[in-house]
Amino acid sequence: MPLTDEQIERYSRHIILKEVGAKGQNKLLKAKVLIIGAGGLGAPAAMYLAAAGVGTIGIADADEVDLSNLQRQIIHGTADVGKAKVKSARETINQMNPDVTVNTYRTFVSSENIRELIRDYDFIIDGTDNFPAKFLINDACVMEKKPFSHAGIIRFKGQLMTYVPGEGPCYRCVFKNPPPKDAVPTCKQAGVIGAMGGVIGSLQAMEAIKYIIGKGQLLTGSLLTYDALTMEFHKIKLPKDTHNCPVCGEHPTITELIDYEQAECDMK
Amino acid sequence: MFITVGGERKEVKDGITLPELIELEKVETPEYVTVSINEEFIAKEQIAATVIKDGDNIEFLYFMGGGQ
Repeated sequence: MPLTDEQIERYSRHIILKEVGAKGQNKLLKAKVLIIGAGGLGAPAAMYLAAAGVGTIGIADADEVDLSNLQRQIIHGTADVGKAKVKSARETINQMNPDVTVNTYRTFVSSENIRELIRDYDFIIDGTDNFPAKFLINDACVMEKKPFSHAGIIRFKGQLMTYVPGEGPCYRCVFKNPPPKDAVPTCKQAGVIGAMGGVIGSLQAMEAIKYIIGKGQLLTGSLLTYDALTMEFHKIKLPKDTHNCPVCGEHPTITELIDYEQAECDMK
Repeated sequence: MFITVGGERKEVKDGITLPELIELEKVETPEYVTVSINEEFIAKEQIAATVIKDGDNIEFLYFMGGGQ
């Protein structure tokens, strides 16, 4: 579809880039990205994707906005406290860019709903805060052959990696199984600097955009870590050999999705 | 001998074992850390018997669960 005059102006800084152009902008307008978790990572990711003109953005989250979310979840405002996060996120995106259709799913992902949920989308962003969900998203994306961006943030640190079907390791290749409940602290227990969601969530949006326009190198086969205190990024090259992986390997032993016990936020 | 840990080159004693390096590097919750040496994962059960060699490139990959 040809861009309207308004779109040419709105996306002019994209269109002028040789890697994007009108063609890339059209790809963005046609693209569908699902964000699971409208929180610290999902909020900036959703906002940059909306501003970029990603035509369809799905947001899945069962929670309501809490006052303690606002230190980092910039898609929500003070007046949104108590509102469903998906509703608050949709309102913000609608205000930002009328080109974007927002689909909201007020639910937590589970083995029951996730495959159907992701099926319609071109790229998935994991913005969840717990290991059961992160493994579930990984396994579902491997099974449905969907690319996705994994990320985690805690204290002054963050990390992310990208999985594209057939290209390099999945999250489970690296981390095998969720850690036992309370073995590894989460944000609520350990704290997180608010801008960390902005840094890492924006990088997730960047991966989605590059995947959609088909330019540059993705974080496939790499885990990028960021330490805000030392101000260092470090790209860890991951092993290429994935054939033994129980989910993305040659002879998968995990062929059904697993609902691990929720362990997000109750370490004392 | 010199090795690279987390992208940083450093000198360690010859024949240092992986468990010794894990202690030296003050790796948090080591039982839940994935280790790669020269871009190959070290299986959990192999960690105890792994000896680091001159020039090895070691990475510790940590679980990071937050996001909301």
